Formats: sequence, C-alpha cells, structure tokens
Amino acid sequence: MKPPPFSYHRPATVTEAVTMLDELGPDAKILAGGQSLVPMLNMRLATPAHLIDINRLDELAYVRVEPEGVRVGALARHADVEHDAAAGRAIPLLAEALRSVAHPTIRNRGTTVGSIVHADPSGEMTAVLCLLDGEVTLVSRRGERTVPAQDFFVAPLTSAAEADELATSALFRRPTGAATGTAWMEVARRHGDYALCGVGAVVTLNEAGALTTVRTAYISMGPIPQTLDLTLEAIGSNGDWRAVGEAAAAQLEPEEDIHATARYRRQLAVVLTARACRLAAERAERARRAAPSHPTGGAGRTGSGVEGER
Amino acid sequence: MTPDRGPTEQTHDISLTVNGVLRQARVPARRLLSDCLRHDLGLTGTHVGCEHGVCGACTVLVNGQPMRSCLLLAVSVDGSEITTVEGCTDPDGSLGPVQRAFMECHGLQCGFCTPGFITTIAAYLRRNPNPTPEQAREAIGGNLCRCTGYQNIVASVLRAAEIMREESGDAGVPAAGHGRGERA
Ligand SMILES: Cc1cc2nc3c(=O)[nH]c(=O)nc-3n(C[C@H](O)[C@H](O)[C@H](O)COP(=O)(O)OP(=O)(O)OC[C@H]3O[C@@H](n4cnc5c(N)ncnc54)[C@H](O)[C@@H]3O)c2cc1C
Ligand code: FES
Ligand code: FES
Repeated sequence: MKPPPFSYHRPATVTEAVTMLDELGPDAKILAGGQSLVPMLNMRLATPAHLIDINRLDELAYVRVEPEGVRVGALARHADVEHDAAAGRAIPLLAEALRSVAHPTIRNRGTTVGSIVHADPSGEMTAVLCLLDGEVTLVSRRGERTVPAQDFFVAPLTSAAEADELATSALFRRPTGAATGTAWMEVARRHGDYALCGVGAVVTLNEAGALTTVRTAYISMGPIPQTLDLTLEAIGSNGDWRAVGEAAAAQLEPEEDIHATARYRRQLAVVLTARACRLAAERAERARRAAPSHPTGGAGRTGSGVEGER
Repeated sequence: MTPDRGPTEQTHDISLTVNGVLRQARVPARRLLSDCLRHDLGLTGTHVGCEHGVCGACTVLVNGQPMRSCLLLAVSVDGSEITTVEGCTDPDGSLGPVQRAFMECHGLQCGFCTPGFITTIAAYLRRNPNPTPEQAREAIGGNLCRCTGYQNIVASVLRAAEIMREESGDAGVPAAGHGRGERA
C-alpha cells in the first residue's frame, strides 16, 4: 500500500525543527530514517498530517566518544555507529548489538536514536541503552531536558518524548569497574528479524578477579526493555551460569504472541542469560589479565571484543 | 498507479541523478522512491514486493549505499545519486559483472527478486572484493528469493567477485575473508 497524504517539511536547523513541531501541533511527526515510520505509513497504521524530515540536520549526524561514554546524534545511522572505530573501542557492545538490528541495508538508513524513540520492546538498542545507564536528550521550544533510560520507555511504542520534543542525542555510558566484559545474544527466526528473546550482559570484576556486578537487559520479554541486577545470584551460584539464567527467567514475564509462547521465551531467557553472562565474564577476565597492573598483563586485549560464541 | 491526489495535495519538484543521468520529477510528498523510479521516471527494473522493508526486491543504491527504495520518500532524497539495476551495467551498456555472474550461475528463475540482489551485491563487492562463501551468504541475508533456494545466488556472488578480479587484472587471489560486518 501507499502512504496517506501528508504535508512535508524539511527544517535546516534544530531550532527550525522544534519551532515546526511547536507550530504544527501533535499531528506532526518526525521523519528520521523512516525504517519504522514509512512501513507504518505504507500500511496506514500511522496517518500524520505533517512530517518533519530531519535528514538534513547535519549538526545531529555524529558519533562522539566523551569521557562518560558514547554520544550518538539523532542523525547517526545504525551503520555509522556500528562502524565507528573509536565508539567500538569505548563500548564494544554497541557494534555487537547493532549487528542484530535488522539487515545492513536497513542499518544504512535507520537511526539509532530513532529506534530508541520508537520504543519497540523488540528493539535491541532500547535494552542496550538501559543496560549502560544511558539517557536521551530532548529539545523543544520549552527548553532541553535529559531523561534517564529507566524512565524513557513507557509502554510498547511509547517513550517519554512529548509530541513537541525532538530527541537530539542518546548517551551510552561506558561500564565502570576494574575489569568489565559485555555480550549480546539473541534468538530470532532468521538473522536480522526481530528477536524472540534478546539479552545483553555486563559483568564487572575487581582486581582480584571476583565478581562485583552482573547486570542483564532483555528485549521481547515484556512491554518495555527489562533490566535485572543478578549480582547476588551470580556470586551465590559459584560459576553456575545456568542457575543464574534460571533466576533471571523467574523474574521475567514475557507474553505469548504469534511468534513464540511465553514458556518458550522464558526458556530462551534461561539459556541466553547463561551464555551472555558466561561470555561477558570471560571477556572481563581477559580484560583483567590484560590490564597493565596485572602481572601477566600487557597483551592489550579489551576483553569485550566481539569474537566469541554465537 | 499514481495514487489518487486530492485537489489540494501539494507537490514538490525534485531532482535525482539516476544511473549518472540528472532526472527531474514533480511528486507529492508521499511518493515512495520505488514508485518515483518506476512511475515518474519509467525505470521499471526496480521491483516492489512487500513495501515494508522485508523482501529487499526494491533495494537501490543511494549515494552508493544499498537502501530500501520502498522505505524512502522521493522528496526526502532530493539531490541524491541513485543507482538501480539498470545502472549496474558496464559503461558500454552491456551486462555488468554481477549481472553476468547471475546469468552464468543460473542465479535467477522468475527474476522478481533479482534487481535487489544485483544492487546489494554490487555494493557489497566494492567493499569486500574477496568474500568467502560464508560472507557471500551473509551479504545476501537481507534479500528474499522464493524460487532459487539461494545456492545459485551464493555462487553468483562468488563468480561476480571472480569476474571483477579478472577484469581488474587481479586474477587468482584466493578468498581471504577480510570483509567487515561478519558475525563470529
Ligand atoms: C525489515 C526491518 C527489520 C527491522 N528489524 C529490526 C530489529 O531487528 N531490531 C530493531 O531494533 N529494529 C529493527 N528495525 C527498525 C529499524 O531499526 C528502524 O531504523 C528504527 O526502529 C527506527 O529508526 P528510524 O531512524 O528509521 O526512525 P523513523 O522510522 O523515522 O521513526 C520512528 C519513530 O520515531 C520517531 N522519531 C525518530 N527519530 C526521532 C527523533 N530524533 N526525535 C523524536 N522522534 C523521533 C518518529 O516520529 C517515529 O514515530 C527493522 C526495520 C525493518 C524495515
Ligand atoms: S518492496 Fe521494499 S523491501 Fe520489499
Ligand atoms: S528468482 Fe523468483 S523470487 Fe528470486
């Protein structure tokens, strides 16, 4: 099918864009990569009166490594983030998770910030933002505000962004700790499809190699991305990651839909949590050994590279 | 199949460089790039399957990068360079290396999906001229084909790479597998 009629606006600056959002009212929608919005227009699930096309806002086309982490501008395409070498060194989890976001062709156009604002509970980057204690910066004529990830996702396809707000960037924080490792794992019908269950894990070790934090975040396991702190379970289980997976799944309430039953999703959560945590822990251990202070160190491994099981 | 336009529907004048030729069109804002190419510009090589980004038949190159033309508004890409399957030929207009490889390897049957594969593969091989069979498979992962069973399309990717190497005088280089975006 074809999109319904709408009027088209193409601002050249952020100021112009937020003025348009304010003046055109709630019937105006932002068009970023269009990889979610245009299918909805084609299927006539969305019928906005106005589209405000932000694809010429070059000021938002950036991926920046900052002291706290990686800041992604609203016009950075998934592919820009995935292939940014500095961002990859700062937070390897970004590229690892992005490789599960649709296909390369979709990633050439779709934006990472757009997928966060779209708030699809199956969107990988929503969970990555939660896992990394990220935040989203929103701008409107009323001013600028920053919303932490845990408050940003309200319901399926509903974020905290108001109708007159433009999301200008998202900040992904670099995990802190003596040695950290991260991993992303998911199961989808075909690679590139939305996942039936997806898990991101962050594991932190102290200098002696003992676990200090184990956190996970999930997609397709509830109406919004779910984040769990599994530190106590992981310390208590003494290296039995399967038990940690079971403890995690017990805290999740996935729904049944045409793609999978709730029971199957919970089973995937057990297995994927165990695998993702184990891999993140191995990477953290490698990072610890490679750290300059460690006697066997100096190998320069980050411990959170994307090599490893799949 | 120009969509019905209300008397008030606004139009926009756009220009696109399609396969190296500057083209102009007057389109309503809701005109998809796929329809603009097919209906306004008469380039029917680009096929339309699903219109929600899943099948890949409509894939064209926008400023050299593969994108779904069914998920782009023509007005939004005003000023861009577009390459369609018609533009994947050699400079003299004869079939290009990817197209020849498909012919040689029987990489198509009904041909509906083929334009999207050709554009995707042409762009991929520019980035990774030496794919392994595994990478060739990965490269076409975003395109659907209901006829071939994919084996001959994978063979076509590898053959196209071979033809391109031969033609650039770089024959016989074994597949080294240094493509990016490969899953471990
Ligand atoms: C075949 C296919 C498979 C896909 N598979 C996956 C997948 O596996 N995982 C996944 O995560 N995604 C997937 N996607 C979606 C893809 O990641 C989209 O790019 C993303 O969800 C939306 O980003 P966009 O830039 O295209 O936003 P758009 O489609 O332009 O916008 C989406 C929504 O967000 C709003 N919006 C966008 N940017 C802003 C902004 N800066 N400020 C305020 N509002 C904004 C828009 O108004 C709209 O409501 C898939 C898409 C397709 C077509
Ligand atoms: S028609 Fe565009 S992806 Fe199917
Ligand atoms: S050849 Fe018929 S769909 Fe691919």
